[in-house]
Amino acid sequence: MSVSSVFPQLEQLLPRVSKPIQYVGGELGAVVKDWDATTVRWALMYPDAYEVGLPNQGVQILYEVLNEQPDVLAERTYSVWPDLEALMKEHGVPQFTVDAHRPVRAFDVLGLSFATELGYTNMLSALDLAGIPLESGDRTVEHPIVLAGGHASFNPEPIADFIDAAVLGDGEEAVLEITGIIREWKAEGCPGGRDEILLRLARTESIYVPRFYDVDYLPDGRIQRVVPNRPDVPFRVAKRTTMDLDAWPYPKKPLVPLAETVHERYAVEIFRGCTRGCRFCQAGMITRPVRERSITTVGQMVKEGLEFSGYSEVGLLSLSSADHSEIGDMCSGLAQQYADTNVSLSLPSTRVDAFNIDLAQELSRNGRRTGLTFAPEGGSERIRKVINKMVTKEDLIRTVVTAYSNGWRQVKLYFMCGLPSETDEDVLEIAEMAHEVIRAGREAAGTKDIRCTVSIGGFVPKPHTPFQWAKMDTPEVIDGRLKMLKQAINSDRSLGRAIGFRYHDGEPSLIEGLLSRGDRRVGKVIREVWEQGGRFDGWSEHFSFVRWVAACETVLPGLGVDLDWYTTREREEAEVLPWDHLDSGLDKDWLWQDWQDSMSEFEQDDCRWTPCFDCGVCPSMDTEIQIGPTGKKLLPLTPVNGLRVPA
Amino acid sequence: MQRIRLRYAKRGPLRFTSHRDFARAFERALRRAGVPIAFSQGFTPHPKISYASAAPTGVGSEAEYLEIGLQSQVDPEQLRIALDAALSPGLDVLEAVRAGEGSLADRIDASRWRIELPEVAPATAGDAVTAFLAAPEVLVERMTKQGRRSFDARAAVVSCMVVAEPDPPSEAGGVPCAIIDLVVRQVTPAVRPDDVLSGLRVVAGLEPPVPARVTRLAQGTLTAQGEIVDPLEADREGVGIGGR
Ligand code: SF4
Repeated sequence: MSVSSVFPQLEQLLPRVSKPIQYVGGELGAVVKDWDATTVRWALMYPDAYEVGLPNQGVQILYEVLNEQPDVLAERTYSVWPDLEALMKEHGVPQFTVDAHRPVRAFDVLGLSFATELGYTNMLSALDLAGIPLESGDRTVEHPIVLAGGHASFNPEPIADFIDAAVLGDGEEAVLEITGIIREWKAEGCPGGRDEILLRLARTESIYVPRFYDVDYLPDGRIQRVVPNRPDVPFRVAKRTTMDLDAWPYPKKPLVPLAETVHERYAVEIFRGCTRGCRFCQAGMITRPVRERSITTVGQMVKEGLEFSGYSEVGLLSLSSADHSEIGDMCSGLAQQYADTNVSLSLPSTRVDAFNIDLAQELSRNGRRTGLTFAPEGGSERIRKVINKMVTKEDLIRTVVTAYSNGWRQVKLYFMCGLPSETDEDVLEIAEMAHEVIRAGREAAGTKDIRCTVSIGGFVPKPHTPFQWAKMDTPEVIDGRLKMLKQAINSDRSLGRAIGFRYHDGEPSLIEGLLSRGDRRVGKVIREVWEQGGRFDGWSEHFSFVRWVAACETVLPGLGVDLDWYTTREREEAEVLPWDHLDSGLDKDWLWQDWQDSMSEFEQDDCRWTPCFDCGVCPSMDTEIQIGPTGKKLLPLTPVNGLRVPA
Repeated sequence: MQRIRLRYAKRGPLRFTSHRDFARAFERALRRAGVPIAFSQGFTPHPKISYASAAPTGVGSEAEYLEIGLQSQVDPEQLRIALDAALSPGLDVLEAVRAGEGSLADRIDASRWRIELPEVAPATAGDAVTAFLAAPEVLVERMTKQGRRSFDARAAVVSCMVVAEPDPPSEAGGVPCAIIDLVVRQVTPAVRPDDVLSGLRVVAGLEPPVPARVTRLAQGTLTAQGEIVDPLEADREGVGIGGR
């Protein structure tokens, strides 16, 4: 059965919506295959607007890996804005892929990548527009398998009713294995229907199928246990780890959009995982161990990625890029290679030390100075011990002042508010620090013309981190502290004028907290919010705290819990957490110990340069740290002159 | 510095590319194709590209023009092939010629447009066009950067007629589709095809049930006979680089 494009119908609607280019595809690197010539077909979705979703590395990598298989077709779909959603409903146009404008419903798999939980309502919109039943139990063999991935899938319980399966961890190999299972099942004529294919996926022991697990609750609302409801699925589902990033040098052909997107650059992941051990950081915890991509592979990827895409900016990405064992040689090598071009290099780094400035200086050799960001995360030395971000106030000030004396006029300082055990004093120290930075910076730079921006993010406790047991502060407390901080920054008018202040208020964080640590009961809240019009919850102009609170009040009391119970309540050691049956490799006893260490302000070193501290990941996942140095150097490129004319 | 003028098309779905989108894609295509583009002097050098007036977003075009400055000599046809390959299909580079005397902008004062009106009978459209042409002035409104403003859509129209086509591009058999051929002078504020469509609504109540499909067929110098002369014609003389 061939599937036809919905573009003729969609085309009629596009002149009536904003930025229609985001719905037409046509990116460089996009692949359109013959439907009938393929056997397994994936629709990959990033459940946010195109401008945010297109640059997503995870989706781009899986798209390319899947399309490299001759009998596999992968296309992409993104959330449509409410203006187009309304028109699509009115005219009966279904959720479509941007590549060939095929209806999402016709695919074998709808794979959703959740970088954040705030995309959950957008998933419901997409399912609804696609004509796929919202709840897994109502789907038949005719419908795609709805598969969740990305960091949020480490606790997919709040969306357990809506997804058929979740993959934890790295996707490159997982999508190929899933493809193989579906290929075989289809070749056999889809025996046993939907249950059978889900069962085959579950038997891999690394794909979580919520319907095969039952959750029992205690009278007080806590979870009693989560157990399989059939004998042939595993008690715990383990995450995937792709070892040897040099063997997976994707994206090779990055997608280059016509529409404007949030990042216009060729991005290379220079390593995965992080063992700095910041206790709030879920990404660092769930992506262990550290696996570096070698300097030579990075060099090769940058060269080919730039040639293919025509981008003039390169981002060397990871959770803490300055920590790559050969970052110095990598930066100087690349800076030298691209010295006479208009290519600019950037390195997101959160390190607070002089090395960070050396690297930034190296990268700005061709005169383009990228911004400099430091992330002390906590305002006081005490709270930095709590979160395991080891940097002293003296170091921080010395580092920032070095930046000013090396010619930077503007730096950004990143902090969090609402951290466990945080007091007003901890937050007020941010103001003192910022004042001192400006005072010392003016002296060192010999000019009053320097600035710093203080940027504050809200802390959200995440599953699989030592703070998974922590209570959140209420939005009132957070907003009160932010107000105090603002006053304190402006208490000195001369210094205050040089300090920019950016923050998020506490309300969205509280909802993110509900969704992060929620259990299956929270699914009812998500559905209620969506039915009341909730969309694009990651966008402040669309997010409605009132709507979320109202939905909680409608749905949760009948289930014996409430919003506070999920957010501002501290958990005890013995409590069964909704994600305990999902194995990130981290030993729960180790996490608890790290939580206790945190409260006694005891710091933990990085296992890359000190002995293994037994977090549990390497032995349980049969992985190991992969770091250099390889000792290799990047050689200058031989410039190819002249037009690239295709043969 | 060598200067080269290009004609390019915006076709099919990629007619929804805005001018900004095109400009970004074109700069990337220059890099992909290894074009030795010249840069302006100064602290933030930018590539030497100048565009002739661009068709509105959503309107297809067979006749968009731009001029680039190059650091070294290249063969225009090789350049055309390289740039065309470096752009997405649907953004097609049709012709490249060495720039002669004078400026491109001076050679462009009018455009020819083709407007397809699916589900509108040619006779209905014909009546509306007749009424429009008979009116001395047709005031229409449009949102501009200065807010909503009202202006005359009639005076700039050189010619407007419903044309018969042997094989009209309607979706299924039996659905009519009127096709309008329109020549408009470049004036300020610009009168665009959708302004003329607004004019047809104002004078004759023509309300197409589905959005019109508009394509710019030509841009150039308007002759006394109401014909449009290709702005690259003067450059092409003696050089002999063909189009496609
Ligand atoms: S198991 Fe040891 S070596 Fe591996 S990530 Fe954990 S602490 Fe580091």
